[in-house]
Formats: sequence, structure tokens, C-alpha cells
Amino acid sequence: MGNWVENEGLSIFVILIWLGMNVFLFVWYYRFYALRRTFFYTQKLLGIALPLARAPAACLNFNCMLILLPVCRNLLSFLRGSSACCSTRIRRQLDRNLTFHKMVAWMIALHTAIHTIAHLFNVEWCVDARSNNSDPYSIALSDLGDKPNETYLNFARQRFKNPEGGLYVAVTRLAGITGIVITLCLILIITSSTKTIRRSYFELFWYTHHLFVIFFIGLAIHGAERIVRGQTPQSLDKHHHEICEKKISEWGKIEECPIPQFSGNPPMTWKWIVGPMFLYLCERLVRFWRSQQKVVITKVVTHPFKTIELQMKKKGFKMEVGQYIFVKCPKVSRLEWHPFTLTSAPEEDFFSIHIRIVGDWTEGLFNACGCDKQEFQDAWKLPKIAVDGPFGTASEDVFSYEVVMLVGAGIGVTPFASILKSVWYKYCNNATNLRLKKIYFYWLCRDTHAFEWFADLLQLLETQMLERNNAGFLSYNIYLTGWDESQANHFAVHHDEEKDVITGLKQKTLYGRPNWDNEFKTIASQHPNTRIGVFLCGPEALAETLSKQCISNSESGPRGVHFIFNKENF
Amino acid sequence: MGQIEWAMWANEQALASGLILITGGIVATAGQFTSWWFGTYSIVAGVFICLLEYPRGKRRKGSTMERCGQKYLTKVVKVLGPLSRNYYIRAVLHLGLSVPAGFLLATILGTACLAIASSIYLLAAFHGEQWTPIEPQPKPKERPQVGGTIKQPPSNPPPRPPAEARKKSSEEEAAASAGVSGGPQENPVPVVDEVV
Repeated sequence: MGNWVENEGLSIFVILIWLGMNVFLFVWYYRFYALRRTFFYTQKLLGIALPLARAPAACLNFNCMLILLPVCRNLLSFLRGSSACCSTRIRRQLDRNLTFHKMVAWMIALHTAIHTIAHLFNVEWCVDARSNNSDPYSIALSDLGDKPNETYLNFARQRFKNPEGGLYVAVTRLAGITGIVITLCLILIITSSTKTIRRSYFELFWYTHHLFVIFFIGLAIHGAERIVRGQTPQSLDKHHHEICEKKISEWGKIEECPIPQFSGNPPMTWKWIVGPMFLYLCERLVRFWRSQQKVVITKVVTHPFKTIELQMKKKGFKMEVGQYIFVKCPKVSRLEWHPFTLTSAPEEDFFSIHIRIVGDWTEGLFNACGCDKQEFQDAWKLPKIAVDGPFGTASEDVFSYEVVMLVGAGIGVTPFASILKSVWYKYCNNATNLRLKKIYFYWLCRDTHAFEWFADLLQLLETQMLERNNAGFLSYNIYLTGWDESQANHFAVHHDEEKDVITGLKQKTLYGRPNWDNEFKTIASQHPNTRIGVFLCGPEALAETLSKQCISNSESGPRGVHFIFNKENF
Repeated sequence: MGQIEWAMWANEQALASGLILITGGIVATAGQFTSWWFGTYSIVAGVFICLLEYPRGKRRKGSTMERCGQKYLTKVVKVLGPLSRNYYIRAVLHLGLSVPAGFLLATILGTACLAIASSIYLLAAFHGEQWTPIEPQPKPKERPQVGGTIKQPPSNPPPRPPAEARKKSSEEEAAASAGVSGGPQENPVPVVDEVV
């Protein structure tokens, strides 16, 4: 029996609250516009399309307020840091910020669709009523506002026929123009945020996403013209629709039914979004200020197979294990920021990142740092770098567990470089105070290229552990998941040698994929009644596998072994 | 952004435009708006565009993630030849398809989106991109079974050393075979029993 609640409970709870709020707002505002006396005549004109447009509008207010919050990285980091007293569970929840951002975005898209479709009906019917193409009652209602001292109900004042009438309203009314513009922005943002575009052309995604600025400005002024009309309170006192509804031809002529007066709803959206907009503005200012702080490259190391290491120093830079930073190199590109995991430990006096050369920007950085040249580069020739961060990820929590399983796939092993180094420093300094007692490390690689710089680190740790007679502290397994026959032959022949042929480590490399069920069961049996943290940096499929294994191998009671799954993501 | 293939984004945008055209068209037709036949046109055009844009083209660098079930449509789109391959033609086609939808408010959003998609395709065409279908990978050649190449047992006996050598070796053989059936085997290479 697994402990599914342990791993997923808080997320599901948050999502249910959020969905509940959406449903509540939708139903509440639907009934507000469908049942109130204020909107009785508006409803006569527009039917069901009025409440059906206002209800998603309320939900849009709510969701547009929420969408900026998960991407305020610095704010979240601050919350994470200050919740050091709180359990790791709360902090894990804050890691899922990007998932929440995407969910809210899809909800915005859905409500925009409903809102737009309802308003299309509204416009069509309003223009029809105004151009005498409708039932007499609606035509009479639309005539209100023509005479002086009258306020209008139907926002279409010109008597153009459809379809030109509808188009005219859309381009002459503020709500129409802003509506079209911000919907276009939303569509462009969504099409450039699909997984394919994000993974392959990050810069396009990032630049297009900034259309949200236009989106929010347009959203704030969208309702400023106040064209959703309701009867004014003073008019409601004098003109009761129960009596006067049927006597429309006598309005203004008989005493009990004066001409009803209408006014528009004041815009509400800005009240919802001004707070998050301010927070986000602060976030960008913080990022900008941090990036202006001077960063010095102290060392550049080229590793085999298109990897470079940059060691840098920045005044007042404090990091924890497994965090990541955003890096900008104005010499390569003035606007682009790219995320990289820190591979140094907090105990070191510099911070470093390992960069694989895969695209334009990384190649530009490679050349700017003079890596393509053979001779020694002077320090002043190295380019200026801006750094924002560090930002927290799940790896910070590694030290709060007694036993951890670290799983890195391919290049995903980088956060664990930081952790292992930090573990080594802590162990050297004061082993007894360290809560972490045992590390199970799994590195899955497709080919041997990736081994090089990381293997050096593992070798160092291996010798250190042996010297301190604690070879059991770190148990690591390297799995070569892609191998061909010639390699297999080579391994088979050298099977007996003391050191592994690929890595030079005493621990042998294993082939194929690990049998996770076995691994989890063995670890569970060796550490009963413990909370074991499982940390993964790798592909989705592996995350699913490990997540399921965590759930199924955890015992349901509060005592007993529990596997807690943490996934890195960018 | 030097490496970007604009066609990837144009494709997403055009697919979205197709869906928006269909939605707007359904609203106009079902709501029986004035000149609702533009809505019907919009539905038809939207369906055509979705079918045309659904199969992703092959990227120049790296692997392309196919959309679910796109291989059936790839065959159809391939048949269209230069109409589908050349992005200039696609840009003009999309621009042309978008114009009639601009006459109704319900579908004008589709027009705008499709026009944007058309201009991105134009940009892609300037960069020399074109649509290449993703062909299904040929199955990797089956590795021949170890015994598969042996069709017939050898017809000639193996060459034998001269008579004296044969007699000596046959004595050894007898001793060895007696050893095999009886006691433990002497292994030429030491074998270590290990659980990996």
C-alpha cells in the first residue's frame, strides 16, 4: 500500500481550492447578473449571454491575479528561506510553481474563450436591436438614450446593420479594441509557449512572453468605458420592473413608470491585478539590481566533449546546495538570461557552473571566454557577466533527511555535483553533526562522453571515503543505458580488473537500466522507520517511474519507511 | 536567435488559427448571425488548415517530436507537393484563406491569427526553410541469429593432422573425455562466480 497522500496530498489540496474558487466565482457572478433587478432590462435585451459573459470575466480577474505570482522567483525564494521553520513539505509545494503557472494559464485561455463567445452573441444582438432587426421590445429598449436626459441601455448607438455594425462596435469601443488586442497577445503567448518551442527556441518563448505587459495594461483598461449597463439605484426606486415591464410604450408618460436610467459598472479588474503587478515589478527590479552587481570570472576550465566550467566570484553571493542561477553575458546577447545549476559547494570561496555547448548563446560564451584559443588568457580579456540568483530548488532539502537517494540522468547530474562536494566538505569539517548518514547515488548515462569531469569528482570522494574508513557513507551506482556490442565485449574481457575501465573508479559501472523495484526494496529493508528523500534530476518518464516507486514502497502509517519524491525542473 | 526555425512557430500559430476559425465559425453559424455563411466558410477553411498544419515538418537539426498520429496525415500532405513543401506558397495560401473570415466579427480573430501565421511563414521562407515530411524509420536490420547463417552442416570432415599425431591426440582425447564425464573440469581461464 503506498502513501500517495504523503507525496501528492498538498498539491491536490491547493488545486482543489483553486478550482473551487473558480467554480464559486463563476456561479456567484452568473447569478448576480441573471437574477438581480439591476440587470433586468439588460437581460431582456441580451438574454443568457449577459451573465455568461460576466461570470468568466470574474474568473479571469481571479486567474490573472494569480498568474503573476508563481513566477516571482525572488519572492518565492524569500518565502522558502523564511520558512526554514516550516516543514520541507511547504517548501516542496513552492517548487511546483511553474506547473501552477501553466494550469492558471490554461484556465485563463478557457475563460477567455467563454467570455469572447458570449460577447459575440451580445454584440450581434445589440446591433440587431439597434438596427431594427429584432423584436419590438428590444428595439424600444435600444431607443433609450436617444432623447436628451436619457441614459442608454444598448451600447451600440449607431444604427449600422450587421455584420458591419458588429465590426464597427468592436473597433470603436475601448472594450472592443482592447479585447481584440489582448486576446491576440494571449494567443501569441500560448503558441510560443508550447513544449517544442520552449525546449528548442527558448529565446523566442521568452521574448514573446513579454507580450503579457500589453495584456495586463489592456486588461486594466478593458472595462473603462463602462458599457455593461444596469439600472441606477435611484431609478430602481422609482421604476419597478414588475409593474412597468409590460407598459414600455407608456414610459415617461405615466407617473408610476418614469424612463429608467442606466449606468455602467465601474471597472473592477484593476483592483484584482494591481497588487500582483506591483509585486512582479518589484521582482524585475530586484533581478535587475542583482544583475548589476559585479561578477568576476576567476577561472575558465575547458572539459572534454564541449563542456566548460566557469568559476566566478561576486560580493555577497550566498548559495546553498543544488541551487541555480540565471546568467547573462552582454557581450554575447544583451537581453538573454539563461539558467544553469551551480556545481560548486557553498563551502568553496567561488561559485561555478558547468555549461554544455549546444546552441548560439553557449557557443558565443565559449568564444567570448577565449576557450577556442590555446594560449593563456589574461583576466581582463574575460567578458563581463551578470548573475541573478541563486534560486532554490529541491536539492536544498537533501540535508534534512537521514538517508537520501540521488538520481541524475545524463546532464541532470549537475545539481548533485554541488551536493556531493558539499557533503564532502561538511564531512571533513564535522562529521558527527551531519544529519545525513547515507547517500545512495545513481547516475544514468547514455554514453561515456558525460563521465569525464564528474568522474574526477567521484574519484576524489572515493579516495576520501577510504582514507576515513567510511567507505559505506556514499554508495554510488553508474548505469550505462546505451551500449553497443564492441563496448560489451570490452567490458566482458576486463570484468575482473580492480578499477572500472570507463571511469577508473573502484565501483564498477553497471549496464542497462536499474531495477528500481529491487533498489527501493533493498534500501527500505536496510533503513526501516526512516524518511528517505528521493531526489531526481532527469526526464519525465523517469520521474513517473520513481514517483510510483516512492508511493508503492512507502508504508502507510506514520512509522515505517517513507520515500519522499522531489523533482528538479527548470 | 540565429538557429531558430521559424516554421515551427508558424506551424503552431497556424494550427491555433485553424481552431479559432472553426470556433468562430460555429458561433456564427449556430447563432444564425447575419451573413452566417461566412461562418460556414470559416469552419471549412479552419478544418482544412488544421489538417494541413497537423503533421509537423522535419527539423533541420535535431530530432522532431511528432504529433500523435500524424503519420497518416503526413502521407496526404506529402501528396500536395510544392503546395505543402514551399513556405512562400503556404504564406500566400494562409493570407488568402484569412480574408473572407474578416467580414464577420465572430471570425475576425481567426483572420488576425492566420495573417500572423502567414507572415511568420513568409519569414521562414526567406530563411530558406521548407517542409520535409517525417518518414517512418526503417526497422533496424535484424541481427542474424548465431545459427541462422548455418544452412547445412559441413559436408567434408575437418582436415586432420598426420597419423602419428592423430594417435597421440586421440589418447589425450580419450583421457580428456574420460575426465569430462567423470570428475571436475580443468578450466583454461579462471572463472570467478560473481553476482553483479
